[in-house]
Amino acid sequence: MSNWKWDVFYDAFPYIIKGLWITAGLTIASFVFALVFGFVWTFLRRVPFKPFQWIVVWVMEFIRSTPPLVQLFFIYYAFPQIPVIGMTLSPFVSGMIGLGVHFSTYISEVYRSGIEGVDQGQSEASTALNFSTYKKWTKIILPQAIPPTIPMLGNYLIIMFKEVPLASTIGVIGILQLANNYGAKTWDYVEPLTIVAMLFLLLSYPSAILIKKLENKMNRNFDKNKMLKETN
Amino acid sequence: MSIIVKPIVTYKGVHKNFGDVEVLKGIDLNIAPGEKVAIIGPSGSGKTTIIRLLMTLEEPSAGDIYVEGNNLWKMQRGNKMVRANEKHLRKIRSDIGMVFQHFNLFPHMTVLENCVISPVEVQGIDKQTAKKLAMEMLEKVGLKDKLDKYPDQLSGGQKQRVAMARALVMKPKVMLFDEVTSALDPELVGEVLEVIRDLAEEGEMAMILVTHEMDFALDVADRVLFLDKGVIAERGTAKEVIEESKNERLQEFLKRFRS
Amino acid sequence: MTISAISEIFPVLAQGLKITILILLASAVFGYFMAFVAGFGRLSRFFIIRKLSGLYIEIFRGTSLIVQLFWLYYALPILFDIHLGNDFWVGALAIGLNYGAYMSEVVRTSINSVAKGQKEASIALNMSSFQQMRFIIFPQALRMMLPEFGNYLIQMLKATSLVSLIALKDILYYGEIMRSSNISMAPTIYLLILVFYFIIALPLIFLTRKLEKMSKKGVASQ
Repeated sequence: MSNWKWDVFYDAFPYIIKGLWITAGLTIASFVFALVFGFVWTFLRRVPFKPFQWIVVWVMEFIRSTPPLVQLFFIYYAFPQIPVIGMTLSPFVSGMIGLGVHFSTYISEVYRSGIEGVDQGQSEASTALNFSTYKKWTKIILPQAIPPTIPMLGNYLIIMFKEVPLASTIGVIGILQLANNYGAKTWDYVEPLTIVAMLFLLLSYPSAILIKKLENKMNRNFDKNKMLKETN
Repeated sequence: MSIIVKPIVTYKGVHKNFGDVEVLKGIDLNIAPGEKVAIIGPSGSGKTTIIRLLMTLEEPSAGDIYVEGNNLWKMQRGNKMVRANEKHLRKIRSDIGMVFQHFNLFPHMTVLENCVISPVEVQGIDKQTAKKLAMEMLEKVGLKDKLDKYPDQLSGGQKQRVAMARALVMKPKVMLFDEVTSALDPELVGEVLEVIRDLAEEGEMAMILVTHEMDFALDVADRVLFLDKGVIAERGTAKEVIEESKNERLQEFLKRFRS
Repeated sequence: MTISAISEIFPVLAQGLKITILILLASAVFGYFMAFVAGFGRLSRFFIIRKLSGLYIEIFRGTSLIVQLFWLYYALPILFDIHLGNDFWVGALAIGLNYGAYMSEVVRTSINSVAKGQKEASIALNMSSFQQMRFIIFPQALRMMLPEFGNYLIQMLKATSLVSLIALKDILYYGEIMRSSNISMAPTIYLLILVFYFIIALPLIFLTRKLEKMSKKGVASQ
């Protein structure tokens, strides 16, 4: 460990931390994109036409099981080359779309599990009470489906935060890219990269604990409800 | 005149707390070899805990349990008695078997494998002998034709009978039954009780039955203990406990549970 | 996108197939190994082992794989004077350590979710702690782990694409070389790269689905 240089560490720290805004900004932007796009998938999967559903499921499977890094490259380098619809996108927007689309396929599964988690009887009861489809969803199904998905979505926020440095490969100047820039200038890579790792750990670990707590709290509430049901 | 028999199991001032709740508040009890003891009482009275302590599934908070004169939960180290380690527990509990409310069969093993695993791995008996022994016990519980079935292919009553065969293969001197019919559909209770009755009639094995099947318990048991609020509130022969006891709580309990 | 373009790109990308698959295999072996070491470590009787395993898991789950990859790439030789001979092992080490940390949680939770009655029955049959784990708990926990392991294998496949960033010659590496000299072919190149990965992923997807079905049998879970 004798090659560790504290002076480099202190010198690089203020330089790198400036990228935190970009990293955090891209995390939020791509997360919101994934949240919205996740709805699109969920909606498409419910279109009552089997072959269409089948196609949607396999397109999602394709996006989910191929590398997000390649998808980023596709959007940044290849999309502008596509005739008619193609246009040049900034690295940030490319990152937002690339990561957003990739994770929307996961987010859509979260929505689905939330909806399927609501008891079939709830839907039947709404019909029996003569609710319109719109009312059924807004008043009965969604209010029950959404709360259990919140910790899961939180977990995906953290996961996406950790995927955002992939965007440094297409030139998004977040903390990883700044560390690489610093390394390229000084030939000291280890200290700047350690700073990046520390920043990730510092932000993601407490968030993960927070979400764990939220999850436990919700499970407890759920159990309490169940217990009430059983004793009555 | 009474014949003095050395007890096979002895409880001396046994207490058990779960957190702030004291479930057993001083249990003193002797069980003779071959004796059949039924433990009855309202739920939450600590019945199950009594036998779980003997099976080493829970550790007593105070007091001692002896199996054939050996302290179960404490062992000698130098001239001090210290908390038993696993080696000691395994030595002492080798005489004890248990059948559970929820069967607890091993779902990844066939009926035969369930019955053979322990004699082979724990007792070191060779596979062929263990198989023969297991088949003998499965025949006794009437399931010789289910050897290669997996637990999830059996009915509840069949599962419980396999669980009994599995415990019997180990040739325990004391067998514990923890509400073994509570998880069964009513029409399957009979076949399980039938096997227990047969075992009781064979006689050599001591049995402790925690049960809600009041009539059955009173019929099979040499002795009945009524457990209430963590103490043995009444004890005696079935006749004594049922017909002669003046304990109000017991009378109330019996009224609710006897048909 | 023309047939001739595809037939031109395809053989170039295929050159990288070997490295992609080798990296995947090496990381998987290493990752599963770490998963069991750290997963059992978290369940150890010894405080120190529990804490050390926890530290490893939190560090590798708390930071990005790409950061870990770069860090190991630069830090191993400089800080620890470890020279793995070539960067192949740096790639496999990074992916294995990262996913090993995630999968150790699969190991731990699977073991914990075997029904309590299974342990109690094994005690009643007088098994030792080791025998309880070896014959009763672990075989059931493994059935629960396998579909998760399958899922993570697909994640690891995706992660192998990162090794092109440390100049390992995988599928993406050859694609990048082609694209840099021929930007107008970029859409076809990247689409083909994605298809390559998807074709490797397909058997893993079906395997995982099969394991999912199998895992529901022969397990008593809480």
